[in-house]
Amino acid sequence: MSTTTAPLRPGKRPLVSRLPIVSHLRMSAGLQRGMLVAGLLLSGIFVLVAILAPLLAPFGYAQISDAAGDFPTQAPPGGRFLWGTTVGGYDVLSRTLWGAQTAILVIIIAVVFSLFLGVFLGLLSGYLGGWLDRVLVVLADAIYAFPSLLLAIVMSIVISKGQSSLWGGIMAAAISITVVFIPQYFRVIRAETVRLKAEPFVESAKVVGASTPRIMFKHVFRNATRTLPLIFTLNASEALLTLAGLGFLGFGIEPTKAAEWGYDLNRAMSDATSGIWWTGVFPGLAIVLTVLGLTLVGESMNDLADPRLRLRRKIKRTAGKGTA
Amino acid sequence: MSEHRKPTIARADGTVLSIEELEVDFTTDAGIVAAVKGVSFDVAAGEVVAVVGESGSGKSVTARTVLGLLAETATARGAVVLRGNNMLTLSGSELRAVRGEDVAMVFQEPSTALNPVYTVGWQIIEGIRAHGKVSKKEAKARAIDVLRKVGIPEPEKRVNYYPHQFSGGQKQRVIIAAALALNPALIVADEPTTALDVTVQAEILELLREVRDEFNTGIVLITHNMGVVADLADRVVVMYQGKVVETAPSLELFANPREDYTKALLAAVPHLGRNSASEGMVERAKPDKPLLVEATNLNITYPGRMGTPAFTAVNNVSLQIRAGEVYGLVGESGSGKTTIGRAIAGLNKTTGGSLKVLGYEMLNFKERSFKKLRQDIGFVFQDPAASFNPQLSIGECVAEPLIVHGHGTAFEARKRVDELLEAVQLPKAFADRFPHELSGGQRQRASLARALALDPKLLIADEPTSALDVSVQAKVLELFKELQQELGFAALFISHDLAVVDMLSTWVGVLYRGELVEEGIGSQVMGSPAHPYTKRLIASLPVPDPIEQEARRIAFLKAS
Repeated sequence: MSTTTAPLRPGKRPLVSRLPIVSHLRMSAGLQRGMLVAGLLLSGIFVLVAILAPLLAPFGYAQISDAAGDFPTQAPPGGRFLWGTTVGGYDVLSRTLWGAQTAILVIIIAVVFSLFLGVFLGLLSGYLGGWLDRVLVVLADAIYAFPSLLLAIVMSIVISKGQSSLWGGIMAAAISITVVFIPQYFRVIRAETVRLKAEPFVESAKVVGASTPRIMFKHVFRNATRTLPLIFTLNASEALLTLAGLGFLGFGIEPTKAAEWGYDLNRAMSDATSGIWWTGVFPGLAIVLTVLGLTLVGESMNDLADPRLRLRRKIKRTAGKGTA
Repeated sequence: MSEHRKPTIARADGTVLSIEELEVDFTTDAGIVAAVKGVSFDVAAGEVVAVVGESGSGKSVTARTVLGLLAETATARGAVVLRGNNMLTLSGSELRAVRGEDVAMVFQEPSTALNPVYTVGWQIIEGIRAHGKVSKKEAKARAIDVLRKVGIPEPEKRVNYYPHQFSGGQKQRVIIAAALALNPALIVADEPTTALDVTVQAEILELLREVRDEFNTGIVLITHNMGVVADLADRVVVMYQGKVVETAPSLELFANPREDYTKALLAAVPHLGRNSASEGMVERAKPDKPLLVEATNLNITYPGRMGTPAFTAVNNVSLQIRAGEVYGLVGESGSGKTTIGRAIAGLNKTTGGSLKVLGYEMLNFKERSFKKLRQDIGFVFQDPAASFNPQLSIGECVAEPLIVHGHGTAFEARKRVDELLEAVQLPKAFADRFPHELSGGQRQRASLARALALDPKLLIADEPTSALDVSVQAKVLELFKELQQELGFAALFISHDLAVVDMLSTWVGVLYRGELVEEGIGSQVMGSPAHPYTKRLIASLPVPDPIEQEARRIAFLKAS
């Protein structure tokens, strides 16, 4: 930066355009923009469906009869049941739509829990160091060593004895996912904190005489959390996969308490061999598209956050050529 | 210009490089930024052309286009003709053929320009074998040969050494050897001595001079150090904001600069022996004032890693700083000067002897009992960009000491912040800006404001101007001097630059490998040094005057 002239003060952009995803969208270009837009679209549909499930779904998630009598079982798509019915008589369309609601609740709770705990522990461990740091790092590594699904199964058995109600099930799934994710947030924040600890601005706060909590929360915390939106989106898709895995293995939520894609897939296993495709395809597609959407958002944010990976709009001038 | 290949051994001649109307643009998030706007100059064989300018003047970008090394976001127009090839239009493989053979580069940081997992011989041989069929044995013989030419002792043995087995200056010699291996017509040296100590710098400059004379190589020397320019350059190109301001032979430029910018630039360069703070003093100032810092036989060691012994950074140092006095501490990298400054501020632990700061014995340092004293100590860090929390506004940063020590509410603090900013000649409105919105010099002023917020008795300034451009440095130093006289605080001024220390401090200490080898009144230490190390240090410092520098250089070479 030239030091002889004062740089022009960039006008502060409105808050909206400085929010993580909006600012990413503004500076994206080319393929990266396409990825981000596709991801945002898929994720947006997922969130909308989750919120509007009670309005969109023609039936309840546990409904097997209405005024016209019991629903047919394993009815092919068409007529009253657009995506057909399952062996238990549930409407596939309704269960897929309601499933979004369960998924989003679990994702939010799991990510928020692990975010708070992971960030706090990472900050503490990284800044204070010493024995606390060593113990926490060993613990985090130990959790890493377990296959995450196995750990989630153990946790869900511990928390809810394997079967449960709507909130019990959601909490069980969310907490078991939390335990798996805490080490990730912990690691990232700890590494950033250790790096920031040696920065002159932290030392200058020390020289000024600021107390340890003040340095930790005022100076280190705000600078250490910049990569979080990234892990947040990537973890959201992983949380969804873990939930589906739990449901598939039979540790999820009972079908009468909530709709859950993993559980539906499990039930659809025996249908697949007898040519009944609709019970498996729709919940499966829902999982794939949601995970794809969240991952696309996360990945393109990752690329956009790094100026070396970010694509920029080409300059219009053509005279001469750049040498790489 | 005709396309011709030179024989490998022949001396180059004629014009080796001619840059015509070069323009380079960078695509950034904020749109297109023009870094170089129509630069033209030539380099003849056996000529050293120095490109000088402050940071952001486009000098490095210009040099890199010569090798075809530009970032992907850059577009270049114009012509960079190197021995008949326009470097801007060559393809990747053509560029590779030209690099090394016609043009080579010497980088700023010798420790990162060599690959640590290969021997230096391997790295030189790789360059030789990439151009033409040469047997391994022959290539190695040539590598040994160039290493000998650049003055590496025992090249037969050391060709098999890894980079970490060489010192910084030797690494730079190895890089120059690698550049010379194919006997290129042009060497581009981008700040080749900036990362080196002055005594090593003098040796490298001498080596570059020999290279020019022996091989008739053209050298493009990128630097911001006018002393280096005066020492080595035949012709000088002064750049400012992407444009060439002035091109003149070195002697002429220093004697009568034509442009105002060049005049201002030269005037801002600190010159050893001119405007010394201690001019005419015969004894140490303020002998009756109370002692603020008293170190007696101070030792500071860093514990070694497993298997290595502890490293002694400061060895048996005794010094005193009295109230209102500016103590200048000079030394090369690794001399322990920063360690002493940090120990006084309570950032490093002391391990032996005694260090009393404001009456507090630092050997039994406890943050809790020292905290009260912190308001009497200010600290200015070297890198103004990193010493502010990027998430807080300048106002919040400057107010931090006031708030931490409970001096009034945020509203009252704000009033004091305005006063402080005014004192360091920054507009009040800057309080609402964020650190990245300020230039380097402005940030360092703000840093000074923060250090002075509580009217400290002692200010520790650790290389406060070494990250700044000369013209900015001159203003910051002037400000520092004014504030010191006005507020009367004592200061420990740490720097590697003798001229800067001499301008500010009346009493100077010279550190060498952790020991205080000499202490005395600034002008006396600089004028008639007693210790051989101080003599060598002062003799190796290039002064920004080609005629004077030549005399000094000859004296220095005779002495060493």
